[in-house]
Amino acid sequence: MRIGERAGLKPGTRQMRDAFGLALLEAARADTRIVALDGDLSSSTGMAGMRKELPERFFNIGIAEANLVGVSAGLAANGFIPFVGSLPSFLLPNAYDQLRLQVAIAGLNVKLLGSHAGISTGREGPTSMSIEDLALVGGMPTFSILVPSDEHAMAAAVKAAVAHEGPVYIRSSRGEFPQVYGVAPGGRPCAVSVGGSNLLRDGPDVTIAACGLMTGTALDAAAMLADEGIQARVLDMISVKPIDRAAVVAAAQETGALVAAEEHLVRGGLGAAIAQAVAETHPVPLRFIGIRDTYLESAAVEELLERHHLTAADIAQAAREAIRAKGRL
Amino acid sequence: MNTTTETLDLAALREAARGVRLDVLDMTARMGGHPTSCFSTVEILLVLYLGGVLRYRPREPDWPERDRFILSKGHAAPALYAVLARAGYFPLSDLAKFRCRDSPYHGHPKHNLSIGVEVTSGSLGQGLSFGLGSVLAGRLARRDYRVYVLLGDGECDEGQVWEAAMASAHFKADTLTAIIDYNKYQQTGPIEREMALEPLADKWRAFGWHVQEADGHDMAALNRSLGCARAVKGQPQVVIAHTTKGKGVSFMETDYTFHARSPSGAQLEQAREEIRNADR
Repeated sequence: MRIGERAGLKPGTRQMRDAFGLALLEAARADTRIVALDGDLSSSTGMAGMRKELPERFFNIGIAEANLVGVSAGLAANGFIPFVGSLPSFLLPNAYDQLRLQVAIAGLNVKLLGSHAGISTGREGPTSMSIEDLALVGGMPTFSILVPSDEHAMAAAVKAAVAHEGPVYIRSSRGEFPQVYGVAPGGRPCAVSVGGSNLLRDGPDVTIAACGLMTGTALDAAAMLADEGIQARVLDMISVKPIDRAAVVAAAQETGALVAAEEHLVRGGLGAAIAQAVAETHPVPLRFIGIRDTYLESAAVEELLERHHLTAADIAQAAREAIRAKGRL
Repeated sequence: MNTTTETLDLAALREAARGVRLDVLDMTARMGGHPTSCFSTVEILLVLYLGGVLRYRPREPDWPERDRFILSKGHAAPALYAVLARAGYFPLSDLAKFRCRDSPYHGHPKHNLSIGVEVTSGSLGQGLSFGLGSVLAGRLARRDYRVYVLLGDGECDEGQVWEAAMASAHFKADTLTAIIDYNKYQQTGPIEREMALEPLADKWRAFGWHVQEADGHDMAALNRSLGCARAVKGQPQVVIAHTTKGKGVSFMETDYTFHARSPSGAQLEQAREEIRNADR
């Protein structure tokens, strides 16, 4: 069964990276401050459209991530809005010093696009797979992190990143995501803002707070739970940093148990941020769906999701456990 | 706009150099820092700011047409602050706030145009990339400012310097001038012993740069080299400025362990005396 099928979600119409590329091009047509800086991966990240249509505002800086980030800071300091496109497994570890100094400490208006994040590179293997990008970017004050859950959220995330003054990391993937947000009448509205989240489904028994690919999976899990009479609230945590603390605290108070779900290490990502917010305000049972302190192997995406317990069945099981633990704190 | 060598007021510049060194000595003795790495940059900074090389408006620090000066070797921050004060960005009395709480005069510079600081630095190797980004921004915005980046010699160990060197030549960044403060020492010892740079000029040439060498304490010579650099079309330029680490204080010039410490007591007084009497 494909992700989102049980929840009745339509398949995606385009890959996330293509959704990013279209959104970037649309934003750049309207705003001449936007420039694209490429680490020689535009044919993979979705930035090729910029290169073709607006070549004067596209710069391939080559396979040199430290310089790539430094050049972007120079453009940002002079009033431009650079979008830096690369794979997070290359960009973040290579240029962390430059991101910290020239972008985060300086507080400059640089946007990062991390394509092929999470497990979406699948068969490329562990060196290409970024399962720690949220932790790395999250380690830098002033940075915001947006993790879109489908192509519509990606389009909205690019707009939100442009509207936000300051450094933003957008997590993107290689593949298609099921349509969490419909464009057709009756589809869910997709609001994306730095610090915001979206309520996709309401219920009193447990909350599943997910991001990215795992949001569609969370809706599948909610459908499974509903078959058992368990009504789950599902939150799409598009803004992983800053997290929508009000929504998380309300979920703890109103549903009494939470499951966080992300295709990222459980340490340093969405789940950790949720745990902190809940622990500081209204402690309730928490469960964490994510990758457990290990690097992954070359395999199909579906196989990796299964092997590392990132499926709807895993989320549903975690929700049942969290519900059972209520009242025992 | 740009001063010719003939019109440079060398006496006034030398007086300013003595003042900057005394300020640096005082700032680093009180608050810590890297005095000898500052002393080697003094004439370079002065010829840029007070020798008529840079166009800037201290009362309008974000003037879009200003030339950009980027201090890549951020540990020379005290020298930069002492020169920016003399250039009119803030009062000289502000130097007393160096490294103090609530002041913008951080131990290493942080991007803050209101005091004339273009770039955040302190981790080495990053300024040239930022400089190239500033050049590309100037091109897109159709402005004719120039960009000057001051690098340390030890800093050239960093791979990012050479990434930026390659890219600057690729983008034919002819409004970009790098100056290397070649004082021949890095923190733990002589450059050629710790991590050899030579043949340095050949390396820059091989990367597609226009290369000049100059005495980095001779402000007339530096001014001439920077004038030649401005005339170069189609490629970025570098001036390798041969300097002396700790320049101006005899016992600091011969002892590289003053890299991250300052003299105190009688030595501090001797240092002040030597600086006051220099070039008279």
